[in-house]
Amino acid sequence: MTYFDRFAIPHPSPAIYASMVAIGLTVIAILFGLTYFKKWGYLWREWLTTVDHKRIGIMYLIAALLMLFRGGVDAIMLRAQTAVPDNTLLDAQHYNEVFTTHGVVMIIFMAMPFIYALMNFIVPLQIGARDVAFPRLNALSFWLFFMGAMLFNISFVVGGSPDAGWTSYFPLAGNDFSTSVGTNYYLLSIQIAGIGTLISGINFMTTIFKMRVPSMTLMKMPMFTWTALITNAIVVFAFPVLTVVLLLGTMDRLFGTHIFTMTNGGMDMLWANLFWVWGHPEVYILILPAFGIYSEIVSTFSRRNLYGYKSMVASIVIISFLSFLVWAHHFFTMGQGALANSIFSITTMAIAIPTGIKIFNWLLTMRKGRIEFTVPMLYTIGFIPIFTIGGVTGVMLGMASADYQYHNTMFLVAHFHYTIIPGVVFAMLAGLTYWWPKMFGYMLSEKIGKWAFWFIAIGFNVTFFPMFFTGLDGQARRMYTYSEATGYGPLNLLSFAGAIVLMAGVAILVYNIYYSTRYAPRNIGSDPWNARTLEWATQSPVQSYNFARTPHVESTEAFWDHKKKGKPLFKGKIEKIHMPNNSGMPFIMSSIFFVWGFSFVFSMWIPAIITTIAIFACMAHRSFEKDDGYYIPVEEIEATEKDSEVLTDETR
Amino acid sequence: MRMKWAFLSVVIGVLAVLAGCEPVMVLDPKGPQAETIADVIWISIAMMAIVVIAVFGMLVYIVTKYRASKQSADYEPPHIEGNPIVEGIIVGIPIIIIAVLSIITVKSTYVVEATPEGYEDQKPLVVYASTSDWKWHFSYPEEGIETVNYLYIPTDRALEFRLYSYGPITAFWIPQLGGQKYAMSDMITTLHLAADEPGEYMGRNSNFSGKGFAENVFDVKAMSPKEFEEWVDEVKKTAPTLTEEKFEELLLPGHLGRSTFSGTHLEFSPPPEGHGSHGDDADASEEHGDHDE
Ligand code: HEM
Ligand SMILES: [Cu+2]
Repeated sequence: MTYFDRFAIPHPSPAIYASMVAIGLTVIAILFGLTYFKKWGYLWREWLTTVDHKRIGIMYLIAALLMLFRGGVDAIMLRAQTAVPDNTLLDAQHYNEVFTTHGVVMIIFMAMPFIYALMNFIVPLQIGARDVAFPRLNALSFWLFFMGAMLFNISFVVGGSPDAGWTSYFPLAGNDFSTSVGTNYYLLSIQIAGIGTLISGINFMTTIFKMRVPSMTLMKMPMFTWTALITNAIVVFAFPVLTVVLLLGTMDRLFGTHIFTMTNGGMDMLWANLFWVWGHPEVYILILPAFGIYSEIVSTFSRRNLYGYKSMVASIVIISFLSFLVWAHHFFTMGQGALANSIFSITTMAIAIPTGIKIFNWLLTMRKGRIEFTVPMLYTIGFIPIFTIGGVTGVMLGMASADYQYHNTMFLVAHFHYTIIPGVVFAMLAGLTYWWPKMFGYMLSEKIGKWAFWFIAIGFNVTFFPMFFTGLDGQARRMYTYSEATGYGPLNLLSFAGAIVLMAGVAILVYNIYYSTRYAPRNIGSDPWNARTLEWATQSPVQSYNFARTPHVESTEAFWDHKKKGKPLFKGKIEKIHMPNNSGMPFIMSSIFFVWGFSFVFSMWIPAIITTIAIFACMAHRSFEKDDGYYIPVEEIEATEKDSEVLTDETR
Repeated sequence: MRMKWAFLSVVIGVLAVLAGCEPVMVLDPKGPQAETIADVIWISIAMMAIVVIAVFGMLVYIVTKYRASKQSADYEPPHIEGNPIVEGIIVGIPIIIIAVLSIITVKSTYVVEATPEGYEDQKPLVVYASTSDWKWHFSYPEEGIETVNYLYIPTDRALEFRLYSYGPITAFWIPQLGGQKYAMSDMITTLHLAADEPGEYMGRNSNFSGKGFAENVFDVKAMSPKEFEEWVDEVKKTAPTLTEEKFEELLLPGHLGRSTFSGTHLEFSPPPEGHGSHGDDADASEEHGDHDE
């Protein structure tokens, strides 16, 4: 391949040229707008250099919503192509690229930042902390993730998208069968984002262990914080495996090693093994925070404490252990024999037990409650039946002999969407709606929100339920088309119709954000939901230092106890608060990482070497830097807290 | 509330449409292995239906009974930490269900990994099934013939497929005869099947293998042993011999219709059997079957 051929798109189409133009115009518009309104300085000071966990959370949120849009467009394209037999909307190559990027974008660049958005914003507040343990590293995590996502997203206009599936099995993903640079993008962009995630994992574990207010013992932590802790523990153990497997894949593709090749002693099964050693825990990284969010919401809107708190904690800990013991269920059909399959079947199905405990605990929390059907609660109530279907089909898939029939079919596709969509997307929308007033100081419209919920819930079921049947009827996943004679046509058409409804639901949601931003009342106080946990005990939007004084906690629902039983929440007097300085370094270093990744994708060694050195230079610079942060003086805090309810009802 | 009824009627409508359909392939087995699996699937559906009904029932009941709009203004929900008996039930019953399913799984997994029941004493028909982008090559070593993209098999005889690939990982799958298994370049995996009824079945590669994946299918025809013999003789007499050049040509990426050859490619392009024991086929395949990683 000559040098410039690499940059060519392997299968140019009008859609891609149109996107190129659209991307170009958007960039110009943004640059122009920033210059015209003189917002460069603001952007740099307040956002690009910020180390405030709340701002970082909001940036994660924006990135996740953008990626939800990107992945959603991909999804509609996929369903449109398969809506009728022998469709020619997309060709095979284009379809392969679209489902690959859809999977990667949704799991790595949508779901992950979404959970980190909420964890960033909420966890420090729930534990009464000023920030995360390492604020600057936190910024680095975000920017690494962001640059990884951007690197992945330019693939389809520069050099071509990956086309070997989000699981990227070798040898298909190797140089022999994937000749464009697409898989290089896959390997390097996920690598960069993954390093960011690993750093976050360490950061949040440290935060939760070390930064809690002194009175908050582990068993007094709110459930969302518990799930965040365990999730980050899984991250810390699982992501190094991803780092290694991506590195090995990169060596195969760029440096001619033979780790996963068909010849010279390469072993393609090794990829499947290592990928899923990370991949299965990854699905629990996505689901556990969702469990935490639902736990908060269900008890808030049932007006009751969470039923079985201890068993909830125990079950997430057990799930986190088991999630590492089941990876081989993703390749029961790889010829590993009946014994190995039996063992992995049992460990897999065992996960259903702690998961079931949680479902029943939520149900029992609602029992004897006073259930209010707010939008977050609707998502929670919708989640329970849908996720139950996902869970029971998961148990069915876990039975090895039966999985020989389900594997690689639409049945599997239906299963994981039935877990991931209620588990991640619903949870995130629920959490977003629930915590929106905390983040922005106003509420999203309940009425529009309910419309969005119903469109999304109905659209989802109409889209994915038919797939259980086409799967059992022999429709393999990842087929870009099928013949009329197979009889898959009608159900696939139904599924496309569902996808349209689902998309309409998301459009309503976007409209809700627009509408509420313009018209929603701003004087809602700091606790509009009558909630129970600490994050609601501070102003909305939250002041930079979170809490003026350290809260005092005696139970998992300190704020509720304070409201109902009059337990004092804040003791002592206001003192000056130490805060970290902003820093441009995380952004700069991550931008260098972007160029570094791009250079490797196209095997451009000179920039690769220069950027590698630059990255180490940044780290060296940091290690010699003296930066003690600054103090917020007492007067300033008192001025900020002047109107705060928290302050008035206690100290005076 | 109107929305909820709309939702329910959509669900019921979908189910009604589906109920009117033909039996889906996986649940319409034509051989002992597929039958075993179909039974497992039906049992699991029944057991899981219990769980689904319990959860749905509880949810509907609780959500209607404890909704705020139905309660007096001064109702204060109680504080309940938990209850050992209730928690025992919600842990105990799932454990029992999972234990039962585990036993069924282990038993059936051993069954489908072995020669089909009832055929243990006869010698299976060995077929090497290999893929190249995007075709299927079926070699019948004993018969000395080879076909591309179609598979003829005798009924009432154990079949032993030895799977491997000349390219990316693929999977050999005939839903009505049994579950799928991967075909890889560096090892052989063994799949035991049998057909009870003559008929034509769909076979395909079910593991994504690139551009031509959707069309990577083959037709399966099960016929009586006598007809099968006749077909083999016919092929031997009329089909051209498979030469090395011809085979190299077949391996090039692309799609093809069916073709038939006498002789197989196994002599000049041996399958990745390795691991020493080449002589004893049965042992060798056992060993590969258990080969991990
Ligand atoms: C009761 C718990 C669950 C069980 C027993 C279970 C079981 C399984 C099994 C056996 C497979 C592999 C099937 C195959 O490849 O043939 C699978 C695939 C999958 N599961 Fe689950 N699962 C459960 C929950 C979840 C959850 C909570 C999530 C996500 C948050 C999830 C996401 C996925 C995904 C993404 C795949 C497909 C991966 C791929 O091949 O692309 N599952 N599940
Ligand atoms: Cu898994």
